Amino acid sequence: MRRLAPLVALLALGGCHGQQAVLGGGGRDDALFGGLWQIFLIVTIVFYLVVLAGLTWAVLRRREGGEAVVRTTFYIWVGVVSLTLVGLSIASWLVDRTMNRAAHTGLTVEITAHQWWWDVRYISPGHPDQTLRTSNELHLPVGVPVQVILNSADVIHSFWIPNISGKQDLIPGRNNDIVITPTRVGIYRSQCAEYCGLQHAHMAFDVTIEPLATFQQWWGDGLLPARAPATPEQKAGYAYVTTRECATCHNISGTPATGKVAPDLTHFASRATIGAGTFPMNRGHLYAWLADPQRAKPGNKMPEIGLEPDQLHAVAAYLESLK
Amino acid sequence: MTDLDPDLARDGPELTGEELHRRLTLAWRRPAGLYGWLSSTDHKEIGKRYIVTAFGFFLVAGVLALVMRTQLARPESGLITADRYNQIFTMHGTTMMFLFAVPVMEAVAIYVIPLMLGTRNMAFARLNAFSFWMYLFGGIMLWVAFALNVGPDAGWFAYTPLSGPEFSPGKRVDIWAQMITFTEVAGLAAAVVMATTILKQRAPGMTLAKMPLFAWSMLVVALMIIFALPAVALDSGMLISDRLVGTHFFNPYERGDALLWQHLFWFFGHPEVYIIFLPATGFISEMTATFSRRPVFAYPAVVLSLIATGLLAFGLWVHHMFATGLPRMGYAFYTAASMTVAIPTGIQIFCWVATIWLGRPVYRVPMLWVIGFIVTFVIGGLTGVMLASVPLDLQLHDTYFVVAHFHYVLIGGAVFPLLGATTYWFPKFTGRLMSEAWGKVAFALVFCGFHLTFFPMHITGMMGMPRRVYTYPAGMGWDTLNLISSIGAFILAAGFATFIVNALVCLRKGRVAGPDPWDAAGLEWATSSPPPVFNFPHIPAVASRTPLWDEGEGLPVMTGLRVDEREHLTTTVIEAIPSVREPSPHPTIWPLLSAIAIGVTFVASIFTPWALVVGLVPSAIALAIWFWPKNPTVPPEPTIE
Repeated sequence: MRRLAPLVALLALGGCHGQQAVLGGGGRDDALFGGLWQIFLIVTIVFYLVVLAGLTWAVLRRREGGEAVVRTTFYIWVGVVSLTLVGLSIASWLVDRTMNRAAHTGLTVEITAHQWWWDVRYISPGHPDQTLRTSNELHLPVGVPVQVILNSADVIHSFWIPNISGKQDLIPGRNNDIVITPTRVGIYRSQCAEYCGLQHAHMAFDVTIEPLATFQQWWGDGLLPARAPATPEQKAGYAYVTTRECATCHNISGTPATGKVAPDLTHFASRATIGAGTFPMNRGHLYAWLADPQRAKPGNKMPEIGLEPDQLHAVAAYLESLK
Repeated sequence: MTDLDPDLARDGPELTGEELHRRLTLAWRRPAGLYGWLSSTDHKEIGKRYIVTAFGFFLVAGVLALVMRTQLARPESGLITADRYNQIFTMHGTTMMFLFAVPVMEAVAIYVIPLMLGTRNMAFARLNAFSFWMYLFGGIMLWVAFALNVGPDAGWFAYTPLSGPEFSPGKRVDIWAQMITFTEVAGLAAAVVMATTILKQRAPGMTLAKMPLFAWSMLVVALMIIFALPAVALDSGMLISDRLVGTHFFNPYERGDALLWQHLFWFFGHPEVYIIFLPATGFISEMTATFSRRPVFAYPAVVLSLIATGLLAFGLWVHHMFATGLPRMGYAFYTAASMTVAIPTGIQIFCWVATIWLGRPVYRVPMLWVIGFIVTFVIGGLTGVMLASVPLDLQLHDTYFVVAHFHYVLIGGAVFPLLGATTYWFPKFTGRLMSEAWGKVAFALVFCGFHLTFFPMHITGMMGMPRRVYTYPAGMGWDTLNLISSIGAFILAAGFATFIVNALVCLRKGRVAGPDPWDAAGLEWATSSPPPVFNFPHIPAVASRTPLWDEGEGLPVMTGLRVDEREHLTTTVIEAIPSVREPSPHPTIWPLLSAIAIGVTFVASIFTPWALVVGLVPSAIALAIWFWPKNPTVPPEPTIE
């Protein structure tokens, strides 16, 4: 019972806190999960207590014999276990069916996983000019079922926002998708759930669930080209970023930097993290990353550039202006 | 003894006692010295080597676990790098599954099963020796590579395309895949030896329905190995060929399929879990019966449960793949099949508890492990029922909840019984008993350390911590839980260390056991401890499931086997009616030399495919000499009066 206490506490907590927690509350599937979880938890605890009680009695019992009673109990046990398992299977199947009842989706997002970051594309059918590309962040409107199309550019990853829904793998050569319905405004964390190599531990992103109007505003803002550099330092940074190594891989809309193989930087400074959830967005971590990305997140695909101090200041100043 | 005919070549009323002992020793002993040691075909020697080697791998893989727990004790720890951590968790899983859990179960069986069945050696005794050498070489290759920083780093499951040539360049994954080849050869050889011995070499009268439950579990396991290992053999073979000669079995961009790997791997991988667990249930049945002083309740139900588990194990593999986007309706089938496995397991649990309830239990150390097993394993079984459900699994999959689940099943369900069984059969292996007091200390440390380590992981997983991460950010609510797990891991390790030190000390200082220290019923207790090289002076004959309890000192025997040559008795598959006296192989160095030739070929083929062509020659020569008929040296059959 001592060992069960935390589980019971967990059950009682129901919607416990946490930006990245199963039962954290925040999605339709997570609520369905919570209901099924409670059924399974109660049933398994009851069975565990029955086994412990039987074992305790068996250990304490001083007499021998009594086969006839045991034989009857045996048949009851097998019957009860079997029927319970049938019941749990049916409950599980019903919940699974409810989760997957084809919902009318109001939004399509395409996510392509890379070692070790997320490329995100918002698609507006019939309006290719409305396509919004961003990286390592996801904004979704509350209450709207969203179809997330899942692709991988390299190895198998897994898409998982525990507060909202279960996971679905991103597998190269396979077309996977998942429909998720956020139900609560908030900021949640998502982390890759399938081992994908060296920096599997550092492949996360923030999920912002917001009212529809705010979301539409965000999408609209996202389509705007990057802000023009204002100060001389930002201008120096702009010149470096758009003419030197950075532009080979990164895209900054409205500038000559149109690389496609690395995270989009158009509104880089509006994101909360650097390096796919590896560091919080601040000047210190930005400098550290730019100075030596291989030290900040070993193995990631960005090479050490070898920026001179004045170049470092300039590039950082420009990137920080990309709100 | 002087009036005895010196040419008398069979045991019987005229030839018994010390003279019989002397002649059988002459026929069965191996040459002395290193050469003889390397040539041994005695199942007891091979079994002991297998057990010691497997425990050695258990220790080193356990040390890796401690390194991981130290790294994870606090967030953002910089103790080891991502690269090192990924090698370590891959080595931990690979070693525990392929080099410890499966081999150690086979190892105990290799020692104990022939004694339980009342025979003199295993079938195909040289193949048995070959199995050990292949296993040893595969393990050494893996660990030498790890020491040279070429340890595999794609996980013990090595999912493609991460493990493929593009995303795992270098030799690391080749080492892993080739280690699989070694253990496949070793495992299949051991399984064939095991199944044949159990089916054909039981003591007269030991019908299938009177066979010890451990033998039943090993029979089911041996057949499972024979069906499961070819799937992973095919899988790792295709991976090696993708990596080595440029095929594209798993390359989606060349019409290969990344998921094919997972199907084949788990078609082996799920039965693998039961290949580890079923022998453990055999241990539990033997110990429960002995210490409850009565046979296990509902023997037929237990046997049918073993067989049912063995069959169902092959229908569950997709529950490892619920997140891969396969058809939903198919998932429902695998949910139901996975839940069904709980029925035979529930039956076995009931039967053990009922046996204790009905009997007069004696709480020696092995019995503590039995109780610890039930208390712990049932939690793992119940979380397994949770994970069988698709909606629950989609959240819990690849989190620490799963790490907790399978450690409950594998440590609680297999290592606890193994430690109990080691304590139980230790006097048979060595002639001395392990210390009861230190056995209890080890049990307490392991039991408490285990729950302290792994119970919090259920919650860590529910709080969203994924598996296989080398570090985690602070402020996720995982810090305290991880610290508790890390402290628990060291207590657990102290428990294992106590157990092993207890065993090592009692090897020399333990109380002398005598043939049957636990007053048990099985045939293995009918011979001295440790048994003579020929196991039994006369082959025992059996009329019940508990021969020593029913017959006591007057255990009937069958006589008439040759004593001037190695010979064992072959009986019929179902009824165990004596059918043939069969020669048993002599010691020979050739299984070792064959293993060396084949092992060198395997290792070299990591570097060039031509090694397979060149290596064929020495391998074929070694095998040809091994299999060369040697019948002419057998002296003519003595006449029967």
